[in-house]
Amino acid sequence: MPFQTETPAARRPHPPGARGVRVESATRRFGDVTAVEALSLSVAPGEVVAVVGPSGCGKSTLLELVCGLSEPDDGVVEAGPAALMPQRDLLLPWASALDNAALPLRVRGVSKADARAAAAPVFAELGLAGFEGARPSELSGGMRQRVAFLRTLLAGKPVLCLDEPFAALDALSRADMQRWLADALGREPRTVLLVTHDVEEAVVLADRVAVLSPRPGRVVAELPVPLPRPRSVTDRAFVALRERALEALGS
Amino acid sequence: MIALLVVLALLGAWQLYAELGGVDRLILPAPSEIATALVEDRGLLWNNFLVTASEVALGIGAALLLGFACAVALHFWLPLRRATYPLLIGSQAIPIVIVAPLLVVWLGFGMAPKVAIIALICFFPVAVTTLDALGRTDRDTLKLLRTLDATRWSAFRFAEAPAALPAALSGAKIAVAVAVIGAVFAEYAGSSEGLGHLILQSVPQLETARAWAAVVVLAAFAVLLFYALDVAQRRLLPWTRTEGRP
Repeated sequence: MPFQTETPAARRPHPPGARGVRVESATRRFGDVTAVEALSLSVAPGEVVAVVGPSGCGKSTLLELVCGLSEPDDGVVEAGPAALMPQRDLLLPWASALDNAALPLRVRGVSKADARAAAAPVFAELGLAGFEGARPSELSGGMRQRVAFLRTLLAGKPVLCLDEPFAALDALSRADMQRWLADALGREPRTVLLVTHDVEEAVVLADRVAVLSPRPGRVVAELPVPLPRPRSVTDRAFVALRERALEALGS
Repeated sequence: MIALLVVLALLGAWQLYAELGGVDRLILPAPSEIATALVEDRGLLWNNFLVTASEVALGIGAALLLGFACAVALHFWLPLRRATYPLLIGSQAIPIVIVAPLLVVWLGFGMAPKVAIIALICFFPVAVTTLDALGRTDRDTLKLLRTLDATRWSAFRFAEAPAALPAALSGAKIAVAVAVIGAVFAEYAGSSEGLGHLILQSVPQLETARAWAAVVVLAAFAVLLFYALDVAQRRLLPWTRTEGRP
């Protein structure tokens, strides 16, 4: 399937120096298990691509390859500097929400005060004001994911790899968080590779949906989502796209 | 509260046994006699307590310092860990009863051998629990830090060290509990003062109640140290209270 060149994302402004992702027939094996095989996928700078597929189809492996956490056994993976938002929020239980969000700055050697000062405005802008001093255990699942996303954002990398960010949330907070994420990406545009098993989530958030086969994972379909934002899940065009994605997933 | 009732019940039973059981008071004094000894010999007990307490404090201090330092060094440097881990275990396998007199011969009758013996006993639980905990830091968290371009030192400072702190303090709690036993052994091996020395002296003098009083002071000191660390643990690690405890 040819890539659609004129996606809505391509017209969005993106931070300077942003780079995309190019995965060219990449294969990754773990012992006898082939997690992904001859997988090819490109993400243009500033584009949001959702990857959907059945459980265990190598989605997380794909993200690890893109983030440089592992190397492909075969093929090529080229990506701009990428930050990972893991499936578990992995917030540090001893640090406050603000300090967790500012972790990428601290790790780079920024002082505590400067890191907090830098993180605080974005923290408030993304609807977290008032929770600066709260420990992760005091936050709801949705709030924890927000903090985790903010941490990913503050890593300052042009590419964001989101690994099933809302899988652990109930349906209501998930819908809530999807709106929030769409809004956050509107404010802070990045190249995004979003892995999910939720087709609706993919169509709500992405400029393009890539459907993966069961393991070993490879891209079996790519569906552009040329719908204006914010998207309504009851919109007819939306429903039609979701059906197409589900069909591709089932085939 | 319930703990206090249990102690009182045990003391009551002991008192009854000592009074009605026909045991010679020189062999097993009643709690009331031990209490009397505690009051009457308070000056003697206090002076000897100060000696033992400073031995214990210095010994634990040295053990904590060396234990943490060793754990961090072995954590950072695998070859060192491979080379010295058996030695670390060996340090605990040495029977203190045997080494104590030898250390006294080497280091003299003063403070030094006592501190060395206590440090030797306490070093192991501190070093091993800390080393284990450092190695058990969540792997996904470390992966995440790699994507944030964390250096080895950053990963240690922001993830491994705080994650290992609760276990390290638990190791320290085990250490203080045995430190007092170590102090008494060290004093048995050769000394001129301290509560262990006092016990050793009181028994042949048939001052059994005084010996028991010294035991009470030692036990109280160990319990106090343990709870002091417990409080420190809660103060330093408030997140373990909300997550780990009911």
